[in-house]
Amino acid sequence: MAEFLSLHDAVARYVEDGATVAMEGFTHLIPFAAGHEVIRQGKRDLTLIRLTPDLVYDQLIGAGCAKKVIFSWGGNPGVGSLHRLRDAVEKGWPHQIEILEHSHAAMACAFEAGAAGLPLAVLRGYVGSELPSVNDQIKFIECPFTGERLAAVPSVRPDVSIIHAQRADRAGNVLVEGIVGVQKEAVLAAKHSIVTVEEIVDDLGATPNACVIPGWAISAVAVAEKGAYPSYTHGYYDRDNRFYKEWDAIARDREVFTQWLDDNVYNAGGAA
Amino acid sequence: MSNDYTSSEMMTVTAARALENGMTCFVGIGLPSEAANLARLTHAPDVVLIYESGTLQTKPEVLPLSIGDGELAETALTTVAVPEMFRYWLQGGKVDVGFLGTAQIDRYCNLNTTLIGDYREPKVRLPGGGGAPEIATNAGEVFITLKHSKRAFVDRVDFVTTLGFGRDGKGRDGVPNIGKGPTRVITDLCVMKPDPETKELVVVSLHPGVSREDVIEATGWEIRFAESLESTPQPSAKELEILRDLKDRTDRKHAGQ
Repeated sequence: MAEFLSLHDAVARYVEDGATVAMEGFTHLIPFAAGHEVIRQGKRDLTLIRLTPDLVYDQLIGAGCAKKVIFSWGGNPGVGSLHRLRDAVEKGWPHQIEILEHSHAAMACAFEAGAAGLPLAVLRGYVGSELPSVNDQIKFIECPFTGERLAAVPSVRPDVSIIHAQRADRAGNVLVEGIVGVQKEAVLAAKHSIVTVEEIVDDLGATPNACVIPGWAISAVAVAEKGAYPSYTHGYYDRDNRFYKEWDAIARDREVFTQWLDDNVYNAGGAA
Repeated sequence: MSNDYTSSEMMTVTAARALENGMTCFVGIGLPSEAANLARLTHAPDVVLIYESGTLQTKPEVLPLSIGDGELAETALTTVAVPEMFRYWLQGGKVDVGFLGTAQIDRYCNLNTTLIGDYREPKVRLPGGGGAPEIATNAGEVFITLKHSKRAFVDRVDFVTTLGFGRDGKGRDGVPNIGKGPTRVITDLCVMKPDPETKELVVVSLHPGVSREDVIEATGWEIRFAESLESTPQPSAKELEILRDLKDRTDRKHAGQ
């Protein structure tokens, strides 16, 4: 049964230094408020998993929270680079991080396998790609029935997964609408999960086949209004594409970034 | 209509024309998305556009900035989870053509979107593979579109993120259950296709006003030309009008107006 906690308390309880954390949301419903809370609480040595690190992991990396990042596409969509990710990889600022990169298909399958309680995911993937030569977590196996050579990757089993969703009801059941990414898989694959929501309602208003995550499968629910901004919450607010473009200049420069972090994360929000 | 369009418009229109009505297309963000939507708004109203965010049969009014803009879900027939997208729809063989961009491409159509330089000490870190490695092998065929330059068209890509035909042109030989791979590359100068035997890219069509020397100058290897070299048809007034309208309303939307 999901416990209703403040975002501060949920992060304090479930995100430990050194943890493996997946903050998911495929462009949509990216849990920025939760990411900022992780930064404010000064969490360190995290292994951060996400298909698309996006601005949220750029910020966590720049703030020094990450030890390792597992991802499949590390750019600012439609804009260019993630400069904090690049600075860490290319120049070791604020410290060196380890990266492990996959393709989207492999990571999506790995989340699904984690949710299914399997140790590995199998896919027809990485054919002819050199990614297996730089990522020892990509192996090939032979199908025992047909003999076909298939790719195998370990399933994703985070210590904690964090997602954002439209709303929860008073039993902590959560509705996710629109582009649902791998959010359900991320929650089910993890030992613990935190779901931030725009609001708590009496009735989710879910149709029979809607993506609903039962409260009893979630560790904590926390209200975070506009918790996905500058990404978006379908039905609540749009993606701030202008901010995504502005981020390029903010993240490009260490000092400008640090100032931005002070103004918008350390000295903003985060009431306990 | 001569000379009153840009080389970028020429590229987009030519890339759009490569898509046939009724095809199912897995669309990469950026130039491929622009071309695919132009096709949908002109000669191919029933082209099915699929984005890796899970949006199936989507008809965006403006071009998405990201692969997961709300616009894509709002105008889609349905939206599925990302694992379903890659497993059922792409790997399951429901996609005719994958439409990709890239940072680097070599003579055998191998694509690099990972990095420039050495993997452990990169000069420039690029975003990475995303959906491309499996789009390129699980779609029936692959179209590639990018601007022509020596930086992009290199003799050897620094890293094979995504298979064209391998370092030796034989990378798909004997591999079961995969697609044909790249069948055409559309740039702002020309159209190229892989040689049926060697799989090396050959220029088959030059855009109006472009010379062989222009292409040679912008390619990092000794590029070959087809014996019967064609001239790419110019964009029509209607294609240009629709493309410019699309880009104008896209710019307005992304500027937050």
